[in-house]
Amino acid sequence: MASGKQSGLGRSEASSGLLLISPTAIYAVLLLAAPLATVVLFSLLTGARGQITWDFSLQNYIDVWTGPVYRAIMLRSLIVAFGVTLVTVLIAYPIAYFVSFHVEPSKKSLWLFLITIPFWTSYLIRVFLWKVILGYNGVVNSGLLSIGVIDEPLQWINYNVGALIVTLAHAYAPFAILPIFVSLEKIDRSLLEAGQDLGESRLRTFWRVTLPLSMAGVIAATLIVFIPTIGDYVTPDLIGGGKLPMIANMMEVQMLKVNNKPLGSAIAVSAMFIVALIAVGFVLLNRRFIGGQK
Amino acid sequence: MKSPGLRAYAISYLIFLYAPIVLLPIFAFNDSKIIAFPLSGFTTHWFAEMWSDSQLFRALKNSLVISGTTAVIATVLGICAARATTRFAFPAKGGLLGLIMLPLVLPEMIVAMSLLVVLLAIGVNLSFLTVILGHVLICTPFAVAILSSAFQSLDKSLEEAAYDLGETPVSTFRLIILPLVMPGIISSLLICFTISLDEFIIAYFLSGADTVLSAYIYSQFRFPARVPAMLALGTVLVLVSIVLLSIAEYFRRRGIAKTGGKDTGGFL
Repeated sequence: MASGKQSGLGRSEASSGLLLISPTAIYAVLLLAAPLATVVLFSLLTGARGQITWDFSLQNYIDVWTGPVYRAIMLRSLIVAFGVTLVTVLIAYPIAYFVSFHVEPSKKSLWLFLITIPFWTSYLIRVFLWKVILGYNGVVNSGLLSIGVIDEPLQWINYNVGALIVTLAHAYAPFAILPIFVSLEKIDRSLLEAGQDLGESRLRTFWRVTLPLSMAGVIAATLIVFIPTIGDYVTPDLIGGGKLPMIANMMEVQMLKVNNKPLGSAIAVSAMFIVALIAVGFVLLNRRFIGGQK
Repeated sequence: MKSPGLRAYAISYLIFLYAPIVLLPIFAFNDSKIIAFPLSGFTTHWFAEMWSDSQLFRALKNSLVISGTTAVIATVLGICAARATTRFAFPAKGGLLGLIMLPLVLPEMIVAMSLLVVLLAIGVNLSFLTVILGHVLICTPFAVAILSSAFQSLDKSLEEAAYDLGETPVSTFRLIILPLVMPGIISSLLICFTISLDEFIIAYFLSGADTVLSAYIYSQFRFPARVPAMLALGTVLVLVSIVLLSIAEYFRRRGIAKTGGKDTGGFL
């Protein structure tokens, strides 16, 4: 039906499409694909004191994967990213469920708008506010001290992995809610009625119908939160006070401060490798849920 | 189907989301250098300090130029990609679109560092321009996502009717398609502008001697005495972004109403 119209354009559909997408695609190739390829190349070279020599070796990778400092930092990044993802997705699901199933259709946009507003306010300032809230002389401690609940500042709320997780879970909350909401919205409501007509309880209907059908959104939410979190730079720096570096901070140190770009590149490639491996593994594990909806 | 438990949970969740933001104006108007309770009186001193900070305004001007340019370029690139993928079938479509959308799933630090390595290797001086290059890269996927849904909701028969009535592809695009997707274009511009304005990592590592707003704020956090003025600035920024988002939301809804779609809510 549409093919008749293509002749009016004087070009084939394929070449029209390619021509139209070419500015965007060329931009991405030049400024994304090429730099990423350069980083991969650099990671195989040898660097010392700011100089790069063309000696191909895997030494950078051996250093990154066996050095105790690097391993500790990678492990911390993974723990923080897993923690943030778990917390964020678990607390986001009921909200997405609430907005999708219990809010009147005319008010859904308003709820989504309310949920997304904090996300659009300065990320830096939000992270810094958590430092102010959770700090040793911060809002929570000074507040509790002044009303006499505690006698001395709490220490378990600041400068630790838990503080990193709270801050990041707050920062990425909307990212988790939106994809889950979208997948819940797609569920055919008559399926739920059918489940209950056939004698299932509300809880069992949720467990056997709603949850499996919304897993695609849960998977998307998990990846959307996990990937940027593992590479976060600001939170470890501000909340951790520089004592709890993560992969991004380690990359900065090697790339700029030590100026060993090949080693920094090996860290970047390793980080991408870990992220890709976890993402693909996670998607494969949940394969049966994806594409289950029409 | 009301369930009070879920509703209470949703409201406490909103409190969690807004708690840090509510603290901004409280401490921006608090007459103390120390950000802690108990509060010690009302002052507008921090807003005055912020207002007389010439470095801040230079950084803001830099940021506005960068964000404005980024929003326009990313939206134009987004129109190309969104129109191409929603209208035409062509080889390598999935692959190309995947590459364009890749920055969404790549830690920003990796985007920043790989760009930095290349720019330094080929001897480009870091400036406004390099920040714009990076920001366009990370804003384009958002533009493509917003504009794809705008182009998707177009009724193809309108376009076909224009051809039947003798319009050329170019005049059809200008007279029929562009007005219909205009709300999408405006919300793409606003969202790209907001993302670029707020972005820190690329702005911090790819800007040379010219500081941008986010990098300036970050540098000020090191000095405790400067923190209240930064909270005053944060208060202003929050107000500005709420206004911008409300405008974006208004245009998004109008766009949906124009094309006769159903409002499913939310950006992205």
